[in-house]
Amino acid sequence: MSIRRFLPLLVFIGLFIALMVGLSLNPREIPSARINKSVPEFSLPSLKGDGVGLSSEIIKNSKKIVLVNFFASWCGACRIEHPFLMKLSKMSKANGIVLYGISYKDKPANSLTFLNKFGNPYVRVGVDLKGRTAINFGVTGTPETYIIKNGIIRYQHIGPIYGTQIKDMILPMIKKLQQEGKP
Amino acid sequence: MIAELGHFSLVLALGLAIIQAILPMIGAARQDDRMMMLGRPAAYGQFLFCLLAFLALTYSYIISDFSVTVVAENSNSLKPLLYKISGVWGNHEGSILLWVLLLALYSALVAFFGRKLPKSLHARVLSVQALVGVGFYLFMLLTSNPFNRLINIPIEGNGMNPLLQDPGLAFHPPFLYLGYVGLSVAFSFAIAALIEGRVDPAWARWVRPWTLLAWVFLSIGIVVGSIWAYYELGWGGWWGWDPVENASFMPWLVATALVHSAIVVEKRNTLKSWTVLLAIIAFSFSLLGTFIVRSGILTSVHAFAVDPRRGMFILLFLGLVIGGSFLLFAIRSDKLRTGGLFAPISRESGLVINNLFLSVAAAVVLYGTMHPLLSDALFGIKSSVGAPFFNLVFSWLMIPLVMIMGLGVHLRWKRADIKGILQRLRVIIGLSFLAILMTLYATRGGDIMSSVWLGISVWLLLSMLQELGHRIKLFQVPFRNSMSRLRRQPRSVWGMSLGHIGFAIALIGIVFSASWNLEVQKVLKIGQSLNIGAYTVTLKNVIPVAGPNYSAIRGIVDVTSKNGEHYTAYPESRTYITSATTTTEGDIKTSLSGDLFIVIGQNEGQDMWGMRIYYKPMQIWLWIGALIMVLGGFMSLTDRRYRVGSPENRKTRNGKAGSGKTGNAKTANKASQRSKTRKEAHVH
Repeated sequence: MSIRRFLPLLVFIGLFIALMVGLSLNPREIPSARINKSVPEFSLPSLKGDGVGLSSEIIKNSKKIVLVNFFASWCGACRIEHPFLMKLSKMSKANGIVLYGISYKDKPANSLTFLNKFGNPYVRVGVDLKGRTAINFGVTGTPETYIIKNGIIRYQHIGPIYGTQIKDMILPMIKKLQQEGKP
Repeated sequence: MIAELGHFSLVLALGLAIIQAILPMIGAARQDDRMMMLGRPAAYGQFLFCLLAFLALTYSYIISDFSVTVVAENSNSLKPLLYKISGVWGNHEGSILLWVLLLALYSALVAFFGRKLPKSLHARVLSVQALVGVGFYLFMLLTSNPFNRLINIPIEGNGMNPLLQDPGLAFHPPFLYLGYVGLSVAFSFAIAALIEGRVDPAWARWVRPWTLLAWVFLSIGIVVGSIWAYYELGWGGWWGWDPVENASFMPWLVATALVHSAIVVEKRNTLKSWTVLLAIIAFSFSLLGTFIVRSGILTSVHAFAVDPRRGMFILLFLGLVIGGSFLLFAIRSDKLRTGGLFAPISRESGLVINNLFLSVAAAVVLYGTMHPLLSDALFGIKSSVGAPFFNLVFSWLMIPLVMIMGLGVHLRWKRADIKGILQRLRVIIGLSFLAILMTLYATRGGDIMSSVWLGISVWLLLSMLQELGHRIKLFQVPFRNSMSRLRRQPRSVWGMSLGHIGFAIALIGIVFSASWNLEVQKVLKIGQSLNIGAYTVTLKNVIPVAGPNYSAIRGIVDVTSKNGEHYTAYPESRTYITSATTTTEGDIKTSLSGDLFIVIGQNEGQDMWGMRIYYKPMQIWLWIGALIMVLGGFMSLTDRRYRVGSPENRKTRNGKAGSGKTGNAKTANKASQRSKTRKEAHVH
């Protein structure tokens, strides 16, 4: 019985252990990996290229509940979502929230055209041309929305916010977060 | 009611699988005929009940029974019937059910066609086959029962990912699974052989057709998947080195190696433990592929079910099956040594080198696929190797493989005369170099790698044609004589020639489309044109269109080419209403010389549209080549020698009853036939 013949077994054991570890930590958990963690550090230029559009500092310093929406002009589902974001934006004062946008892998000129044409629901917009910030946020695709309180990501909404979701999901979630810590 | 019947059938199938796994194995150890015989009826029964379960689920889809969870989640009453049916396997639970159904089908086929096998081998093969099945039945019943009911029955289902709503994709998984699961047969034979402690040419003659069958299905599955990616996804690409694609490519590479090494076992009675190991590895890759896809452990564009419990279950099952097999191999494979000797330059050596390169290729794909996971698990670094890594490694690794492929077919068994062969091939070698030089000249020396690749593709193609010409004595005897020789070639020769010629043609397609493709991305105002290669493309208009379950914008694009071709293209961008997903339906004009691929993107302002246009020279030859390869596989499969269950028919083959039907078999290599006859003698 030579050792050589155990080689396949040994290689497989190595692979098995890696898979075991991989299964427990891993990219599988993307949707929830960032939940209850601090907003990743970033600083993105504005659409017009005149200084900072959005940064982690701005989000962390906000006293309100922050919604960060990843969007792109090339993304069809974002267009479906857009009117609902406009609606949400109109309700933001009354609900004590602020809506920020991050344009994802999209030329600033295209994003600007998009917002000029359909309206701009965002208080501030950052340009994530290379998608780095999106990776750090754990974005799975556009559109995607994060709800952040005190610089901590609390909820990740994958896909467009539309239909009755604002009334049924988003607003109740915000209410809940605002109630937190209050007697 | 129907769903409960399905559930119940599944439990019964599990019960039969347990019987099939345990009793024949014990019977084989004790030489108890009655226990061994049990494997066959158990296999038939298992298949029957599994089929019932599958039909029950299909029925639930067809009648849109939304009280069944998977139907509610994945179907929709408005869906066309075809997609209702393909929806059965378009999700996690259903696809596992299809997996196990095919496993049971192969079990039943082995039970039926293997009746002439030595009893103990047959019993053990069926038992191993069922053992794998038990794992999958448990997996389904414990973690992903397709027959779970919903308490609140929805009025309408959730539909299906619109990307999957394509006839190509509807039939892509079944073929892929037929391939994946088909490798289980070679695996079962390998494990049974290890337990028996015996591998002989007869064993290889049983394993090879099953592996070839799996290889053919796997090839079809991969090709259909890649065609789908090319035509539907609008990536303009046909292969992305995505984890899920790699998961199907790894077993394909190993199965290709196995198909070749089994020839050596069959003809020369050597390379046995290697072949057994390959059979185990091939199926291990199938299981690993299932694990990768089903656990969602690697992020992939093919996002499927994500559930840690399922991942853990498959992983443990994987560990048990693969780890156990390798352990068995480590302990038992000593018994398999010996066999014919061969010189360094011989067909055996050629096939060993082929195996070496294919295995290294599979290892490279495994490494690249696992890299993100390994670096994350071991070093905590998130990184991945992308397509550039694979492209680079493959473009180098495959050069020697293809060169040796072209040479290997001319080599004789045991010892070959390399000088004589090179002499015979000197014109072809010259032509291949000429092809390299001409390409270099045509591209102004721009692309050395592409030129080399084109050269060796030409080398392989011509070398294969030369080999066939040599066999039929083309130009040495009168032409009519050659043609009748051609007709009399055994199917396995046809299979080999077509397989390799197809590969060469596919390579030429790949080299052209990858090296000399054109791509233009531009925003066009309605009425504007752009030029790409010999084509002028004009955006005439963009109109909204309403489909059955989507809305779309459709571009009307006028295309003219320098050689007078003129047509109108209609690229679309669709948005599916239920899931708010956008898909592009590029307009592809395919011709033998190349594909013009027009994709319409987003609106970029008043009457301005983003357009992407590709020209892919000779793209179609990739599919044509792949088709010829598959055809070669089928031809080889129908060879008399491999026709499943044929060993007992050898009398008719050697006999004088030379009717038309047995004619082609008669010309089979006499020497190998004699050795076969000998080997078969001690099988019975």
